[in-house]
This record gives sequence, structure tokens and C-alpha cells, in this order.
Amino acid sequence: MTRVLADERITLKYGAGGRAMRALIKDVFLRGFGEAPVDGIGLAAMDDGAAFRIDNRWLVLTTDSHVIKPLFFPGGDIGRLAVAGTVNDLAMMGATEVLGLTCAVVIEEGFPRAELERIQASMQEACREAGTSVVTGDTKVMGKGELDGLILNTAGVALTDRVVTDAGLRPGDRILVTGTVGDHGMAVMSARHHFDLEGDLRSDVAPLNGLVRTALAAGGEAVVALKDPTRGGVASALHEMAEKSGVGIVIEEPSVPVTEVVRAAAEILGIDPLHVANEGKALIGVRPQAAERVLDAVKAHPLGRAAAVVGTVIADRPGFVILDTGFGRRLLAELEGEPLPRIC
Amino acid sequence: MPPPPSGTSQLKFREPAKARELASALATLTAAIGRRVSVMHVCGSHEQAIARFGLRSAFPRDLDVIMGPGCPVCITDVPEVDEGVALARQGVAIATYGDMLKVPGTAKSLADAQAEGATVHVVYSVAQAVELAREMSGELVFFATGFETTAVATAAAVLAGVPKNFSVLSAHKYIPPVMEIVAEMPETKVEGFLAAGHAATITGWGIFEPFVERHRIPVVVAGFEPLDILAGLVSLLELIRDRTPKVLNAYPRCVTREGNLKAQEQLFRVFRPLGGRWRGIAHVPNGNLRLTDEWAHLDARQRFRIDVASLWDYAPASLSQSCICGDIMAGIASPGDCTLFGKECLPETPVGACMVSSEGTCKIWHLYGGHPDLGEARL
Amino acid sequence: MCLGVPGRVIEINGDVATVDFWGVKREVRLEIVDEPVAPGDYILNHVGFAIRRIPPEDIEVTLALYDEILRAAEKDDLMAADVRAELDATKTTGDAS
Repeated sequence: MTRVLADERITLKYGAGGRAMRALIKDVFLRGFGEAPVDGIGLAAMDDGAAFRIDNRWLVLTTDSHVIKPLFFPGGDIGRLAVAGTVNDLAMMGATEVLGLTCAVVIEEGFPRAELERIQASMQEACREAGTSVVTGDTKVMGKGELDGLILNTAGVALTDRVVTDAGLRPGDRILVTGTVGDHGMAVMSARHHFDLEGDLRSDVAPLNGLVRTALAAGGEAVVALKDPTRGGVASALHEMAEKSGVGIVIEEPSVPVTEVVRAAAEILGIDPLHVANEGKALIGVRPQAAERVLDAVKAHPLGRAAAVVGTVIADRPGFVILDTGFGRRLLAELEGEPLPRIC
Repeated sequence: MPPPPSGTSQLKFREPAKARELASALATLTAAIGRRVSVMHVCGSHEQAIARFGLRSAFPRDLDVIMGPGCPVCITDVPEVDEGVALARQGVAIATYGDMLKVPGTAKSLADAQAEGATVHVVYSVAQAVELAREMSGELVFFATGFETTAVATAAAVLAGVPKNFSVLSAHKYIPPVMEIVAEMPETKVEGFLAAGHAATITGWGIFEPFVERHRIPVVVAGFEPLDILAGLVSLLELIRDRTPKVLNAYPRCVTREGNLKAQEQLFRVFRPLGGRWRGIAHVPNGNLRLTDEWAHLDARQRFRIDVASLWDYAPASLSQSCICGDIMAGIASPGDCTLFGKECLPETPVGACMVSSEGTCKIWHLYGGHPDLGEARL
Repeated sequence: MCLGVPGRVIEINGDVATVDFWGVKREVRLEIVDEPVAPGDYILNHVGFAIRRIPPEDIEVTLALYDEILRAAEKDDLMAADVRAELDATKTTGDAS
């Protein structure tokens, strides 16, 4: 379904990670920048990062800006999110050995120093978990009111022997999720105090390169797709995978792991956990013969205890995601983006 | 000590095995009836549950479960929306349920007014709107939408006491009268109704007896879990098969014959039913709920002079001429019949009200993939 | 908007109850519900107001109801007539088990 971008001004939906954002990137950035002379994966692939061929290895590069509100939320903060986000983008391309991260901050005048230090400590801890460090950066301060608190940009670079794209799925492949879904988005929503909810909602934000390393070690070339379901949730991520690979995907809803508290909060708010952002989970596409052993390997890892096989790739209905609810089947919609703005 | 609140009792209404049994009972009954059967439900939440759980893919082919005018936001008529929009543009702060934000009036929605600088708050409860009014100095109008179940909450809030700067612009609706209208439509093929369980929690199921007497069409009151809906449909088809028009309560855990008398008393102290236009359905006698004279001092229509004429300068979009929301809401067309559905009319660019509200047929179909034949999608 | 979710009452302060919805707690107003509500009761919540107190035994009654409905749909008319009579009885005598 193609649509011409008609809006004269950029509204919030263009940052929500969904259809509108992809259309914006295609119409403005892709068209403008054109095909870069990259021997590897460039902007046109719209993957989690870019990859450059260097001899017989790949150099993978990615960048992210973080505008989450509030800065501190149950389970994490903008610093942890920034490090995990970039490490995970690299990991989702199969690049689990991170060479280093950059960190550029734009700080609003009046921002408390103590909070800045807390964020730095958080970033350091996340780097330690990922086995990497911040190697260079930039600092800017803008006047009070010129931005909202803090914007963090991180870039990361890694080397890998094999790049795993979103586009490698074939009918028969299985889809695995590495743990419970909807945790991050629901935690941030509860932290914004708009919904009078009380419950143990915690973000799952965590660097996943170790977990992905484990999965790749177990599955090797049988691991054919990797994607982290951030903005737009599992639904968006699955749609991208289905579109890029030209296949359909059937998801068994009852097998998707969701904590009781996320399920309850989502039910009350009328939100589907499959549309809610995750920051410490991955979707893994794997050839059927390797599914069992990759699942076992992932479940043995501390970040993968609740992992489960949730779906199968089919030839029918390419680009669509079908949800088997246990009572019947329906199409899993892709929302315009995330139900809440500034979730990442 | 009562058992801990695990989800397990609730989840008993979501047992797939039982659902399959009920679905196969539906198939048996439809076959016994021996022709195509159409039944109608009048509740956005029923449609959401049906769509969310993919129940239609489990219904037999000869059973049509149609959504009638059960989306309270969708049937809020254009002039009513204009009242809210006009007030907002006149500088009065408005509080409303989120669904109402993007519903188009003559030319503008509350979201448009908001983008142009008006103050529009989205609330999840009327109680929240009252709190907002307490915290601010200017006037706050609560644009009250929803059927009787929701109107009861507005009534309770009013009776509990509201600050002086709070007033109500009531666009509340009353469902039972519209079932009459649908039953009397010449094109209607509806042989039975599934009544909304939560509305009936308030009104009781006895309220449907005169309707059944008059029109000789069975009514089953059903809840919202997948098993509730399937069991309700099985009961309804039985009544149709046996040509036994009566009211049956398939939601006894929440619905009684008299309903919640305390809630009814509060509802009718604050509101009275009045005839009015429902978007796409035309006049529904007693279909609107307006504040009684006792509460005229809280009626936004009395407190303010609402200038809707200022909105008529904007020519309505030509696309709206192809919009068939009215037919869809009356249950005589489905979103698939609309030339705009899924193309020009999308949740992000809605043409009609059905695509705006979370309970709108088109919105639900678009979100959940409508009515495609998914049973056979395979490797 | 029509989110009628059942939850269990944890505590009551005048007209406001704190209700547990499977681990998520919310405040719910009690002005509309037509029976006295006590901690431990289940209520049906709609836009922040309790509209019904759900006696726990009613959940079991409903499940029995489904079984009845199923049996009726599968058997012949004689059995169906009996079951319908039973359902009629449930209607007129109220919902207690």
C-alpha cells in the first residue's frame, strides 16, 4: 500500500517507528541521499544499521537518538537505554563484538548535574554488561526551554564475519521471541502517571549482544533473521520482517510470553502488548531443524529465560502477519507506530 | 479468606477447547436452520471482542454476525460534534474521552481545533474531568459521549458534586430505542439480537421484553469474553431455529431482570431521554440523553451561547459524499462494501466516524484485518 | 471506552475502592453499584466506576450455563426443551446458585 507523503509539516506520528516514519525516510532521506557507494548494506535496506565489507569481514555501523520521557523510569533510564539500544542494533545485524560507542549529549540549561552523573553511571554499567565502552563523544548545552531536558545520541561500531539481515526468512522457518513482551512500553506509561496504575511494571532495557552471541553459536547459519521489537512492538517488527522477506507469518497468540501485570495493564488501557515497545528482547528467525537447539541455548541465558517459539513463516499472504488467537484467526495490524510518544 | 485474585477464574472464559465446542454447536445449529441467518449486536465492545479473538473465522459461513449502531462515538451526529468544536474555538476548555478527538464535524474535529490552539483534554473517566476543573480557574466543559453505561458515570459524578466552572455537553445516547429502528427498517434481515451485557447490567434484561413482544425477534444478553459471545450466539440461534421469540440472559453473573436500580435512579435523575438524530440513522425517538431541568445550571448548552454557524464556512470534504458510514452503522453494509475503506479512509486519515472510534466498525475491521478468509492460510 | 474489566476489591475508603486487576491496582468509585461492596469482592469496572458486584459463585454458575447450552445444542428437541425450562428457571429465581 503506497501513499504519497502529503503533510507539509512533520507531526509526531513520523517519529513513531511505523508506516509514516518509513514513508518519511523513503520519500525524503532515501530519495535525497540516493544510493551510497557502499559495498555492503546501505540506507536503502532500511535495516538496523549499515555494513561495510572490509576484506572478508563486515564493519557494522549504527546510530540512535534518544528522547525518552521521563528520563528515569522503573528498570532504567535514558543512559541505559542509549547504550542498550545501540548495542542491540549492532547485535540485530549479527555483530555482537562491539568495538566502541560514541555518546553525544545536548543538555538543556539548568539540568541537574547529579542527574547527569546518574545517567553516566548507568551508561557505564550497561557498557560493562555489553563488554564495551564509550570512546568518544560531544557535549552541547542549549538555553532553557530550547529543548526538553536532555537528548542523547549514540553510535556504535562492530566487526562481524556474517551479517544477519531482516530479509532472510523462508516458509517453514520458526519465529522465536527471547522473553516477555510489552514490559518497556508499559513501564514508561506507568511512570508518566497518566493512567493511575500501580503494579510491578519494569522496563526490560538491556544489552542483548551476549544473548545473540549465544543464539548464533547454537544455530550458526540456521539463524536467518534478527530484529528487536522496539517502537511499534512485536507487530511492527514482524511486519517489517514479513515485508522484506516476502513471506507471511503466523503467530500463536497463546504462546507469546506476557507477564500477568503487563497483560492486565494493557487490557485495562485497551492496548495490545504486541504493539508495545520492548528494549531488551529480540525476535529470532531460525530454520526449523535448528529451532529447538537455539531455543534451549537462549533459555539457558539469564536474559532469555522466558523465551518461546511463537510463530511460523508461511508462503501465503506475503507481507501479512496472521494471529491465531486460539479461538480463531485474524490479521495482526500494524499501528501507525507506538501508542505513546517518546517511548524510546 | 477468599482465593487470591489470580487470572484463572477470568481465564476460564477463554478456554479454547470450550470455544471450539461452542463454535461447532453454532455450525450444527446454522445447518439445522437451513438458510443464511443474520443476527445483530449493538455494542462496540462486542465487535472488538469478536475481531480481537478472530471469532468470525470460527463462525459458520451461513451465519452473519453484523455490527449495528453500537459505537456511541460514531453515531454522535455532526451538529453535536460541531457544538464541541465551536466551544473549543470560542476559548472554552473541553474534556472528552479520547475517541471523540478525531471525529469529524461539519469540517473540523476537536483534534483540528486543538491543533489550532484550543484547549482539549483527553480523560479516561468523568471523575478525571471533574478533578481537572477543580485544578483550573477557567470554564471546563465535559463533552459527554457514550451509551447508558457511561452516562451513569456522568450522572454519578454530577450527583457527587462538581465545581462551579464545570458543565456538561451531553451527547450521551440510549440504545434500546435504536433496536426498534433497526427492526423496522425495510432492508433488515436481522432475525435476532445480541444485547450488550454491560448496558444490561444497568438497565436489566426486562427492558427487552416489550421489544420482543412487538417485533417477535429473540434477544440474548451476552457478556464480552469469547465464551460469553459464543454461548450467547448458540442460545440465539436455538431461539431462531425454534421460532421462539423471547429474552434470554446469558450473562447472569452481571445481569439481572431489573438491573441496577440505584444506577437507573441516578441516571434518570440527571438525564432524560429525548428524540434526536443519530449520525447515519436519522431520527431515533428517545435515543438521546439530555440533562434534566434540575441540572440546567450544569448544561453547557444553557451556560454558553454556542456558535456553530462559524463552522459552516468550511466546505465539507467531497470524499464524505462517498462515505457509507450510515449504512454500515445500520448494519446494512459492511466496510468491505465501501469504496473508501482501506484506501482514502484509514485510521490516520479518517473520512467517516466509523474509522475514528475504537468501537467503530471500520476502525475495528481495519485494525484486525476485517473479514478475510484466514482459516486456510498455510505453509 | 467500554472497558468493563472485573477486579477484586482490596480496600475501601468511603465511596472509593482500591481494586486489584491481576496485579495492577486502580481506584474505582462506588456511587453506582447497587450492593454493599467489601474487600475480597469482585466488581465490574466501567470508566472508573463499579457497575456491578460479581459474587464469586456466579462465575461457576456461568460455566455450568455454558455446559447446559452445549448439551442442548447437541441433543434432540426433547432434551433441548428440558434445558430451556431450566434456563427459564434460572431467569425467574435470580442468579444465585
